[in-house]
Amino acid sequence: MLLLALALALQTTPPGEDAVDPYLQSNANAGATPFTGTAMLAAFHGRAGIDRIADDLVTRIVADPRIADIFKGQDEVRLRRLLKEQFCYILNGGCAYSGRTMREGHRNLGLQTADVGALIEDLQAAMRTERVAFHAQNRFLAKLAPMKRAVVER
Amino acid sequence: MRVFVKCLTAAVLGLVLASLLGAQPAQARELRQGGKLLLTGGVSTVEGAAGGGLATWALIAGNETDAGIGGSAHATLVALPDFDLKSIGGAIGFHNRIELSYAHQRFDTRQAGAALGLGRNFTFGQDVFGAKLRVIGDAVYDQDRILPQIAIGVQYHRAEKAPVIAAVGGRHAQGTDFLVSATKVVLARSLVLDATLRFTKANQFGLLGFGGDKSNAYHAAFEGSAGLLVSPRLLLGAEIRTKPDNLGFAREQKAVDAFAAWQFQRHLAVTAAYVDLGSIATVKRQRGAFLSLQASF
Repeated sequence: MLLLALALALQTTPPGEDAVDPYLQSNANAGATPFTGTAMLAAFHGRAGIDRIADDLVTRIVADPRIADIFKGQDEVRLRRLLKEQFCYILNGGCAYSGRTMREGHRNLGLQTADVGALIEDLQAAMRTERVAFHAQNRFLAKLAPMKRAVVER
Repeated sequence: MRVFVKCLTAAVLGLVLASLLGAQPAQARELRQGGKLLLTGGVSTVEGAAGGGLATWALIAGNETDAGIGGSAHATLVALPDFDLKSIGGAIGFHNRIELSYAHQRFDTRQAGAALGLGRNFTFGQDVFGAKLRVIGDAVYDQDRILPQIAIGVQYHRAEKAPVIAAVGGRHAQGTDFLVSATKVVLARSLVLDATLRFTKANQFGLLGFGGDKSNAYHAAFEGSAGLLVSPRLLLGAEIRTKPDNLGFAREQKAVDAFAAWQFQRHLAVTAAYVDLGSIATVKRQRGAFLSLQASF
């Protein structure tokens, strides 16, 4: 118990990010089990490709008129970092995920199914720009799709 | 039997209505247009319901999500060696839960009409009114579950030319089909799969009436589709649809097709297929082209 309290107290805020209330960190928070092997990581052009896709995705969603309002006042620096971690973790790129659970991370955003649809289309565009093979895109999306149930609130 | 059919129709329509009314509290919030992923509203079948070209799927028509109302309209031409089938119609999707559909079909016998003693360009027609309820499952988002999207439906067909239908042995000019569909997008394999059971008496989709001199019982017909997503906008696949064989004067065979459904724009899709409808009214080898244009919102 003391150890847990200590661990929570030791969480530091990465540079450029807003402070968040402490929470239990776990890779299980990523909301999907990672792929095995290296094929998917290779299909996404390694850690560098994942970082490019996550950055491109954030650039797209904050400019997407369908969902841009959701990200107003949100910590974009933290979002970029956590998306890179999450994608890298799921694609078996050797990263740990340090964010909250999908449900906690999206609490009170009032997300709807159509918002998830818009984000998926932006992610498809980002993966297409990175020239990830369509079949590999779908394998990755199959991991993300069930998260919709945790993030949609209305 | 007739009472049973009416009861079943009433039960399905009752469920559809109850769901429609049950959705009312949720409608207190603002309706939201669109939001469905490309192709996941299916395309329009010749009967107006969302599906492949021939098979009805569990998907609900329109671009709406659970937060909105959407719909689709279609114009379809099936050009065969000796016949033409045209279908126009539309469907409305409520909250990605309920679908109400309508189609009007014209079946032109062209020169074969004269050979069949009906007269050149004799045209059969029918109206199809459909209702579909998504019961459980999400074909697209439930990628961690084996459970497909399952829908039940009812289609009421009203054929024209009742005297001709009676003359060829058809028992009724009207009929009601009952459907259970299971549809799943297997995203990890880029596949779209559907299996549908249709309980029907229809002769040639209902154009030649319902029931016949050979059989007037309900038959469990199978509709199956399998497609491969090759891009977010393009689905390539094949379908099979079995049909009852009720009329003594002409053997009725299964229908198969190989299709490409291309949603080239958010609100527009085109389906092109090679279709084999087998023997129709004694005229064999009716293989040809299926072309359908759909608009959706």
